[in-house]
Amino acid sequence: MDDKRIIHLSVNGESRHCAVAPRQHLVDFLREDLGLTGSHLGCEHGVCGACTVRLDGQVVRGCLVLAVQADGRAVETVEGLTESGTVRDLQDAFVARNALQCGYCTSGMLMAAAELLDTQPNASREQVRAWISGNYCRCTGYQAIVDAICDVQASRRAAGVSA
Amino acid sequence: MKAPAFDYQKPRSLDAVFDLLASHGDEARLLAGGQTLLATLNMRLSEPALLIDITAIEALKGISVQGQVLRIGALVTHSEIEASALVAQHAPLLSQAVPHIAHRAIRNLGTWGGSIAYADPAAEWPCCLAALDGVVVVRGARGERRIAARDFFLDLYTTALAEGELVTACELPLAQAADVFRFDELARRHGDYAIVGLALAARSVPGGLGQLRLAFLGLGTTPIRARRTEALFENTPFTTMQLGALMDSLLDELQPLADLTNSAATKRHLAGVLTRRLLASALAA
Repeated sequence: MDDKRIIHLSVNGESRHCAVAPRQHLVDFLREDLGLTGSHLGCEHGVCGACTVRLDGQVVRGCLVLAVQADGRAVETVEGLTESGTVRDLQDAFVARNALQCGYCTSGMLMAAAELLDTQPNASREQVRAWISGNYCRCTGYQAIVDAICDVQASRRAAGVSA
Repeated sequence: MKAPAFDYQKPRSLDAVFDLLASHGDEARLLAGGQTLLATLNMRLSEPALLIDITAIEALKGISVQGQVLRIGALVTHSEIEASALVAQHAPLLSQAVPHIAHRAIRNLGTWGGSIAYADPAAEWPCCLAALDGVVVVRGARGERRIAARDFFLDLYTTALAEGELVTACELPLAQAADVFRFDELARRHGDYAIVGLALAARSVPGGLGQLRLAFLGLGTTPIRARRTEALFENTPFTTMQLGALMDSLLDELQPLADLTNSAATKRHLAGVLTRRLLASALAA
C-alpha cells in the first residue's frame, strides 16, 4: 500500500523525477526529500498557512496537497521566488517594517502576499487584512505585515509595475 | 500529524472510477480538491485504504450555460467561480458568497462538487444551492440522476448520493434582470466557519420583493430554508411595512442548534440581524 510512485514535476524551474509514497504531502516532500526547508510546517491541517507554496502559479496549502498530486505540475517555493528576485521588494519591505520576528510564518506570508499583489494590485488595507487572514503570525500582531504589503503596493504602483 | 498509509489511483474515465468504487466500497474515498479530505487524513479522523483522484476527468470540469441553466462542473474550484464572468452574470449570488470561503490558498484547490458532496451545514455552496433551488447531477454505474437541492441535503454530512455515485455537476436557474441576490455571513475572523450566514434571493417588484427565498448556513444539520416565512410572501410581495411580520415569523420558525461557542439564542439573534441587513440592502437595489 505504501509503494512509492514515480512523479515528474518542476520545482523552482528545475525538472525533478522522484519516488514518493502516496501518503506524503507536498511540504514534507519538499523539505525532507529535496531539502527545500524554506516552506514550514505548522498545523498540518490547512489552518496556519506556514506551508504555503505555489502549484501551477497559484498559492496552495502544501500540507493539503499530496506529493503524488503534483505529478506533471510546477511547484514554486520561497527559495525559487527569492532566486528569481520577483519578491525582492516584498522581502525588503518585510525587513524595513519589522514584519517578522521569529520568521516561521514569513515564507507563507510572502507567498500569499505575492499572489495578492499580482491579482489585486489595488486592494484596500481591509482587503489585504482579509487576504492574509489565512496565514497565522504569532509575533507581530499583523500590523507591520499589512504595512509592508501596502508599501509594496504603493511602490509598485508608483513604478508602474503593477497592472 | 501525518496521514496513515493509503493507496492512490488516478483514473482517466468515470467508468474506471465506478469500477474502483464498486471494488473498494467504503474503503475508498474520492479526492478532488482535497481541502477537507486531506485535513481529516492528516488528523487521522478518516483512514481510507484508497484515494481515487478524480481530477483527470474532463467531464467534471467547466462552467457553461446549457439552455435555461448554468452548469457548474464538480471539479470547478472556488477561485474559478470567483473569476468567472458567466457566474457573475448568471448566478451573482455565488460571486457574492465566494470571498467568504476560507482563504485564497484553499479556494485555489477546493471544488464546488466537493463542497456539495461533503454537505457541511456551515459551508457556503450548499446554502447557495438551496437558496437558488438548484439541482445536483449525480452519476453512478447505473446512470445519471438529477436531485433537487431540497431533496439532496438530508442530514449532517449526509446526502442523497447512493453508494458508488458521485456528484458530476450542479444546475442553477439563470438569473433574470429583476432578480436580486444578497449573501453575507458573520464570522469571528474572515475565512473562519461562520456562526451564521444567509443567502437571499428575490425578484424586485415596485416597492418590494417578490418570490423571497431565505437560506441559512450554520443553524442546523443542513442548509435551512425558511419556507414557512417565505410562504407569507408567496402571493404578495414583501415590503418594509411587513418587516415586523416577517421577523416574528422567522424567529419563530428558526430552531438553531448551538455549537461549541454560540448558543441557539445567539444564533437566532444573529440570523435576525443578517436578515434585516440583507432585506434592507435588497430593497435598496
